[in-house]
Amino acid sequence: MTAAVIVFPGSNCDRDVAVSLESALGHKPLMVWHGDSALPDVDLIVVPGGFSYGDYLRSGAMAANSPIMREVMSRARNGTPVLGICNGFQVLTECGLLPGVLMRNASLKFVCRDVDLRVERADTVFTGQYTKHQVIRIPVAHHDGNYFTDPDTHKALEDNGQVAFRYCTADGSLTEDANPNGSIANIAGILNKTGNVLGMMPHPERLADPLLGGLDGAPMFSALAEAIAA
Amino acid sequence: MSASARRPEDLMGLSEDEYDTILDIMGRDPNFTELSIFSVMWSEHCSYKSSKFWLKTLPTEGPQVIQGPGENAGVIDIGDGLAAIFKIESHNHPSFIEPYQGAATGVGGIMRDVFTMGARPVANLNALRFGSPDHPKTRHLINGVVAGIGGYGNCIGVPTVGGEVNFDPGYNGNILVNAMTVGLAATDKIFYSAAAGVGLPVVYVGSKTGRDGIHGATMASAEFDDDSADKRPTVQVGDPFTEKLLLEACLELMATDAIVAIQDMGAAGLTSSSVEMASKGNVGITLNLDDVPQRETEMQPFELMLSESQERMLMVLKPGREDEARAIFEKWELDLSVIGTTNDSERLVLTSAGEVVADIPVPPLVAAAPEYERPWTATPPREVLGPDDVPAPFDLGVALLTLIESPDLCSRRWIWEQYDHMVMGDTVARPGGDAALVRVHGTEKALAISTDCTPRYVEANPIEGGKQAVAEAWRNVTAVGATPLAVTNNLNFGNPERPEIMGQLVGAVQGMGAACIALDSPVVSGNVSLYNETNGVAILPTPVIGCVGLLGDVNKRMCSAFQNNGDMVFVVGETSGWLGCSIYQRDMAGGSAGAPPPVDLDIERRNGDFIRTSIAEGHLTACHDVSDGGLAIALAEMAIAGGLGAEIDHKPEIPVHAWAFGEDQARYVITTNDPKGFTGAAAAAQVPLTRLGTVGGAALTLPGAKPISVESLREAHTRWLPEYMGTR
Repeated sequence: MTAAVIVFPGSNCDRDVAVSLESALGHKPLMVWHGDSALPDVDLIVVPGGFSYGDYLRSGAMAANSPIMREVMSRARNGTPVLGICNGFQVLTECGLLPGVLMRNASLKFVCRDVDLRVERADTVFTGQYTKHQVIRIPVAHHDGNYFTDPDTHKALEDNGQVAFRYCTADGSLTEDANPNGSIANIAGILNKTGNVLGMMPHPERLADPLLGGLDGAPMFSALAEAIAA
Repeated sequence: MSASARRPEDLMGLSEDEYDTILDIMGRDPNFTELSIFSVMWSEHCSYKSSKFWLKTLPTEGPQVIQGPGENAGVIDIGDGLAAIFKIESHNHPSFIEPYQGAATGVGGIMRDVFTMGARPVANLNALRFGSPDHPKTRHLINGVVAGIGGYGNCIGVPTVGGEVNFDPGYNGNILVNAMTVGLAATDKIFYSAAAGVGLPVVYVGSKTGRDGIHGATMASAEFDDDSADKRPTVQVGDPFTEKLLLEACLELMATDAIVAIQDMGAAGLTSSSVEMASKGNVGITLNLDDVPQRETEMQPFELMLSESQERMLMVLKPGREDEARAIFEKWELDLSVIGTTNDSERLVLTSAGEVVADIPVPPLVAAAPEYERPWTATPPREVLGPDDVPAPFDLGVALLTLIESPDLCSRRWIWEQYDHMVMGDTVARPGGDAALVRVHGTEKALAISTDCTPRYVEANPIEGGKQAVAEAWRNVTAVGATPLAVTNNLNFGNPERPEIMGQLVGAVQGMGAACIALDSPVVSGNVSLYNETNGVAILPTPVIGCVGLLGDVNKRMCSAFQNNGDMVFVVGETSGWLGCSIYQRDMAGGSAGAPPPVDLDIERRNGDFIRTSIAEGHLTACHDVSDGGLAIALAEMAIAGGLGAEIDHKPEIPVHAWAFGEDQARYVITTNDPKGFTGAAAAAQVPLTRLGTVGGAALTLPGAKPISVESLREAHTRWLPEYMGTR
């Protein structure tokens, strides 16, 4: 399988996620510059973290209008798995592949720390190596991770089972204290209706190497490698 | 202009004698643009005129040193064809006036110093000093500085992995923001600033030039008074997004062989960058100022030359390579403009609208820069206090809980959680330990980095304090298992024209020099920040050391957290109960009297080398250096980090509060599961060792105190800063 990592001006987790992908896939992903309008034929597209366009205007807003995103959107609609991490999640909401918005953290501060996540869906191409309601430890690092939607959209997300991860305590409780940014219903990551697009604020690529203090992010990359190879 | 016709405001901060020297060099009155150039080049900030004489005494060489002081940053060899490039730099004055932008552009500036030499920055650290928590501005300054550091570093995507924070009323009117960056480059791809060759294109890249930061270097060379806030327009505004683009574009161009020389535009902007490149290359430079990309209209030549607009670089390219460079910068959506050529006249010639607006010979502009051996008086020695001279607390346990909650000793989590400390995926040891550990990408090696200074020691005895700053940074790097290789220093002092302040600087430099020699850690880069005074009140003397070391096998790293029930706890080094200048004395007994703990460099070296060997041989399960707050604080920090208690059954022969809180140097607390092997090795190395007790349980039990639960230690440790700042 081949994967592509989209690189915008200001992306800064592109190399990090490429390292995790290479480790799971056994070969390097393609790094695709945002200005390219052609996207090679790939089995997975990753929109990485960072500060595309400096987060100016709104996080992800300008990147969502980059030439390459038209192609990413059309592939997503045709079923190619698309993973947006952090700024990538913001880009996916801005371009409309995922509903809702990511507002400034309730604390108004940038927050970088490990958080516990409850896996809400273990039956997707991204999460197949986790178990439902498993608690995993993954770092966040963002200023604008406060997920919000109107009540109807939120209800639809819940009814359709589109919530992939929620912030929780170590024992899996969904408390306010466990929520690092004020997201509604402790939402940390959501899927599109068809389940092939995942946006999440936490960074699985940051805990996928034992030297960095944990491995809970690794199953996402191995699940993707396995699912797409099959 | 004859001496009698000069008004002080005509001199732009230069002295009468300095002005006379300029007349000699020029053979005529300088015009306004030329005088502006002399003014900034000869400012304290750019010329180091008060400190140069003493800086020359520091050791700067060693087999590991590829480039010592004098370039944008220092370069050391870390083996396998790789180099670590690093420097620390102050942004004190701007950060006090406008904390967010002041701190942000400090981070931006030091990163440019590192990547202009061809290195990709891999770690940022910062040494911060704020005024008393009771001072009305302190909260605002912390908020702005922390947000500014995070705002810049997080966006560009370089992890902020460590640093230090102190509070003292001495910084009420002058906070210190010292930022350090470490980068990695191939040893055969290091870029320098010498513009050797005539007729070569001089190229401007990066942001457009505006009117920001004009005379910033001059501002940084004067004291503050009540009207300092009026200097806000001299503070630059940072754009980390542009810096990220500039970083990537420069590294992409550096992968070719098109660049002859490159220099970032920092303090004094286009002036210092062009003069430096010309001077080092023994050439002249002709610039057409009309070709400088500008974001404001009708900018005057002196404004273009003095602007400190951020995120700009000056390069000299090989002839004919301009288009190749332009294509790269256009891809990154940055300006590239050929603004001049190198010439063989060794003159800086500036033209605008077809006219020559300045024409200055470069060699005397650089070589005749003033250098002063300012008068100084040594800091009078203080009396040595005995363990009984500082009163005991009514309860040792309460004293420990009070100290571990205090502003200087509490957890800095509230700060470092606002910094992305993990981006780039190589942060092996996160903030909060002795030294940060950053893996060398794609290898099994890691760099260990620490910044340190204990200003109250330096104030009491600049020589011992200067030694201690080096020793503590070296000890922190040692405590994670790494071999210290070199240091960078940031000398923050008051007004050097006052002999007692100059005496602090002289003493500190002497102490640092001695320690750098004894500990084989030469100074490879640094920065001097003087005139840190407001209304005549100087800061505590604060010579900060940033130490970089190498850990050959990252799997053999050591951390400070208690690991296993039953591990034996030892302290390495002698404990005499030195309470003079201790945190305990200041915060619990009210005062900062007495001499600071002396630093015996031979013992420091012996104990540190023993610790490093013990880690490499696998004798240790945890290791922590003993510094502020002494043994009790070190043990409490190890317990909190590991979530494990310890029973300390050692019976001290000195008063127990002096044993617990004394700050004797050259000590480490370690744990081991192989006490026999370890004590045998210590005996063979003739290193003094005291068994303290055993790791285990949920409480820390100290001699003469009731058990304190690790949970209550953790609560106390993490309580103050978030409560003080009013947010979680």
